[in-house]
Amino acid sequence: MTQKQTTTANKISTYLILIVLIAMSLSIVALISAVYAYTQNMIPPAGFLAIIGIFGIVMSIVSLHQNSQRSAAMKIEVPKVMTYIECKNCGTKISREFQRGDFVFKELDVCPKCPEHKQMITGVYKEIKEKEKIYEV
Amino acid sequence: MSLIPVSDIVSQVSTKVNIHSNQFFGFGGDVGWQAILQLFTVGFFFVIMFYGQRLQMRVMMKDVEGSLLKLKNIKDEGRKNAIDTLKEVGKSTVDIAPRVDRCLDYFTISPQGMDPAGIVDKLDHILDVRDQRIKDDVKIIAPQCEGTQLNNMENTLEAAMALNYIYKIVRHYYIQSKKTMSLYVVMQLQMILPIVMKEAEAYSAALKAFSLGQPIGDSVGPLIASKLMLGQEIRKVHKDCVVASVPFEGRTALIMKAEGPGGNVGKPGDAIETIIEENEGKIAMLIMIDAGLKLEGENVGDVSEGIGSAIGGPGVDAFKIEEKLVKYKIPINAIIIKEDIGDAVSPMRKEIHNAADKAIERVRELVVERTKEGDTVIIFGVGNSIGVGQ
Repeated sequence: MTQKQTTTANKISTYLILIVLIAMSLSIVALISAVYAYTQNMIPPAGFLAIIGIFGIVMSIVSLHQNSQRSAAMKIEVPKVMTYIECKNCGTKISREFQRGDFVFKELDVCPKCPEHKQMITGVYKEIKEKEKIYEV
Repeated sequence: MSLIPVSDIVSQVSTKVNIHSNQFFGFGGDVGWQAILQLFTVGFFFVIMFYGQRLQMRVMMKDVEGSLLKLKNIKDEGRKNAIDTLKEVGKSTVDIAPRVDRCLDYFTISPQGMDPAGIVDKLDHILDVRDQRIKDDVKIIAPQCEGTQLNNMENTLEAAMALNYIYKIVRHYYIQSKKTMSLYVVMQLQMILPIVMKEAEAYSAALKAFSLGQPIGDSVGPLIASKLMLGQEIRKVHKDCVVASVPFEGRTALIMKAEGPGGNVGKPGDAIETIIEENEGKIAMLIMIDAGLKLEGENVGDVSEGIGSAIGGPGVDAFKIEEKLVKYKIPINAIIIKEDIGDAVSPMRKEIHNAADKAIERVRELVVERTKEGDTVIIFGVGNSIGVGQ
């Protein structure tokens, strides 16, 4: 029942993810080099490379996490607005998605069940499914 | 539970992988590590001591920056929506974006209040001029717009203006705090941001509702009035309001609301004044029904009763109504339907729609208990009539 609006922020985050992925792959390369340097008994460079690699991976994961959180916060949930139509004679009730031009108490075409009576829009509203957090105080 | 001491395992592992503390990084022995650790701790202490506030400020600035980016997105989306709708509805052949941008920057200067006598009329005049100005601009931007659509487009533009204004204010304080490096400016901004963001999101939803002509939470007053006047003869009353005389529990109820289904709040002050004067002040009771802001912890759609003129806005209408009520000593009762600011300007929620019948029941009880048969009562459904016919 909800639509998610895509904003430019989502596009920015895609670029960020790309940069983060590049940084992450470079960090992995640094780690591999560290292992190689260690096997060659070049201890100080191996240590530096390991630190750079680990730091790069940690920072990449943190950035990805922050970015995903920000993107989630930037999505505006817009629930669908429904139009509720009723025949006052036979009581038939139907609902459909809102269309431009609909308004409450607008008379529509004749009811399919009782051709002498017109249907009427009795409500235009949205239904929010998720429950609000209730604080019992 | 292992019986081998942990230190033994560590020494075994380090021997196997051939790591020695004097080899790693080229530092020698435990003393070197301890010195580094101590240096690091002391350094960290001094950094926090001298730069703690700056670090805190940077964290806050980052937070505000994130919200500002979100606000910018909301504002840009709103502007785009407004332009698209005005183009679609108004069938304009020229580029309307520059004209819309000009409108988004409109401001209203409230009248001078050094000598408050007559300030209500001055404010009323300024609001009328503003309203007319926006309507005229909508006509220029969207020449094919008329009646209901014109009102809806006016509301759409106003919502876009509100979003633009919110963004500019937040940006102003953000840049100001960056320039002055003042923790207290950014702190105040950060503190009010959750409320500002909520309001901006509400206006964003409102803009969409206005552009499509959907009823909003604030339309609950007119919705109740429409339910009461349905099928009755309706006439227009100054300004942009309608009235219907309805038999109600042995009394005559003059049901009033802003004319719908276009986005319009009318001028309830003038309308009620006119009706009271038409009836020479012989009104047993005035009941105003409106959407009221709920407090946290209250439920959306709760119905509450009280005394006084239930009407928002700058106070011009409330002033006019109260003047007339005092003149003829007419009792006034208010019924409000609880909702928060977000619900008030975004498409109507089911809970609010369902509250209409509960409110009608309260009106019935009020009229039966507090007036006599044969009396005349005024029932005004206050609010924006967008998406609500009559």
